Amino acid sequence: MLCLKNLILSRDGKKILTGVNLEVGDGEIHSIIGSNGAGKSTLAYTLMGLQGYEPEEGKIFFNGEDLTSLSITERAKRGITLAWQEPARFEGLTVRDYLAIGVQDPDKNLEKEIWGALEQVDLKPEKYIDREVGEALSGGERKRIELASILTMKPKLAILDEPDSGIDVVSLKEIVTLIQALKENGASVLVITHRKEIAEASDRASLMCEGAVLRSGNPKEISQFFINRCIPCDNRLYSLEDRS
Amino acid sequence: MTVKTLKVLSEDLKNIDSAYAAAGGNTAALHDHEVSSLVISGSKVLSANQTEGVVLEKEEQENGVNIKLTIKKGYKIPNPVHLCFGVVPEDGLQQINMDFVAEEASSVELIAHCTFPNAVKVIHKMEAKMHIGKNASLIYNETHFHGSYGGVQVSPKSFIKVEEGGRYLSNFTLVEGRVGCLDFDYDVAAEKDALCEMITKVYGKAEDRIKIKERISLNGENSRSVIKSRIALTEKASSEFIGITEGHAPQARGHVDCMEVIQDEAKAEAVPIVRVDNPLAKVTHEAAIGCVDKKEVETLMARGLEEDEAVDVIVKGMLA
Repeated sequence: MLCLKNLILSRDGKKILTGVNLEVGDGEIHSIIGSNGAGKSTLAYTLMGLQGYEPEEGKIFFNGEDLTSLSITERAKRGITLAWQEPARFEGLTVRDYLAIGVQDPDKNLEKEIWGALEQVDLKPEKYIDREVGEALSGGERKRIELASILTMKPKLAILDEPDSGIDVVSLKEIVTLIQALKENGASVLVITHRKEIAEASDRASLMCEGAVLRSGNPKEISQFFINRCIPCDNRLYSLEDRS
Repeated sequence: MTVKTLKVLSEDLKNIDSAYAAAGGNTAALHDHEVSSLVISGSKVLSANQTEGVVLEKEEQENGVNIKLTIKKGYKIPNPVHLCFGVVPEDGLQQINMDFVAEEASSVELIAHCTFPNAVKVIHKMEAKMHIGKNASLIYNETHFHGSYGGVQVSPKSFIKVEEGGRYLSNFTLVEGRVGCLDFDYDVAAEKDALCEMITKVYGKAEDRIKIKERISLNGENSRSVIKSRIALTEKASSEFIGITEGHAPQARGHVDCMEVIQDEAKAEAVPIVRVDNPLAKVTHEAAIGCVDKKEVETLMARGLEEDEAVDVIVKGMLA
């Protein structure tokens, strides 16, 4: 489904992605783990095509199509979407309006889709649907609304940038359930995470280091490798490993 | 009154009804006998209705109307009072002088629509004095519609006094169609335990010019206020916002919050002023001018909207 070939990207004169190669299969939950500054979020933004994240080299293929030069909207119309680590505020926009934007199928019952998505993220629709997205919601509530907006879109590939940040242990379990719900809806999920609970609930995981994927494979093994060798950082790792 | 005059009045009423609806007003409310209302077209009073607890006096002048609206002591008016001020022709001058009094412990919501749908050269001036009595409450919603030509010059000026324990909440909205030239100047004096909130939302386009000055003096102990301004500008529109809050009494608390979003060649200026001369008072401010938030735009694009659609959703949300 998703195939990245030698993605290289610099920002402010500094190389952030140094040659990312990665494959994510149909209906696969794939975790990207790595230390701060490894390039995980940059990779997410590059995949979504955000302004300022255009790769200098390399290609992004999605279902065989080269997306590298497509806009954010064009990628979204092909079924790719992104949930930011810190979701945007959106003053004045209600939860209903925000979630409605994601519904791609005009034949769907909009209200039913929105209520269903809110129930799936364990938010009572009657309590949240008319509230403003930018209102004082807790970090967990805002994250859930973000995930609900992804659910209404029914994407083919959902990129989740640290959906676990600022989340308590109970909410973490719910986020794992939601990621699995996305998969059950037919989506592949690329999830950037620091939490082994999420990594280990994936089908596969990749470890990023210094802007490249160092190794991919069984999520438990990759997670354990990360804990053993990257915390604290083993500086020899990058030179010792064979980069695929 | 002759048949001819009645016909003219009927035609005027029909035109102003359409103009009122264009401004977002509920025309049924203007003809409901259980709702206090006043309809003015140019310098003519087309209809007026007062319900129990509301005293409505009006006097036609050469270029406008003098109005005195009183909410009697202790009356909580169940339905909002609807006011419609319009100029239907392409040109004209309308001067509204309003004297509003909410007597002690009364409560009312005013819904005013000012509509100039065909304006090419219309001047609308309003001079208002509002007195909100002890423990009285006024919610004042004012929506303007100036049509698509930008030929309106609007100058609403008000002085509002809020007595002890009174509440004054105003919401001025001009987001549909062109603005033309707006010179908005509201001045509020708040006594002990008074609560004041002023919200203005304006969307300027083409060569619209917007000037908003709002001033609240927190004169009484424990008085509270918020000035909140949201302005969006596109093309060559320009705006100047001055939000002044003065804290003169112990435990007075005020906040000025201005956000302006600009696109294209638009220009915006925001000047929040805070003055405090009582050490137990506290006034804060925030002002932000910039383009539409990039992350918000990109989030909506990642849900499938084109960039211009995303900007439109964000601006409309801010002005909602």
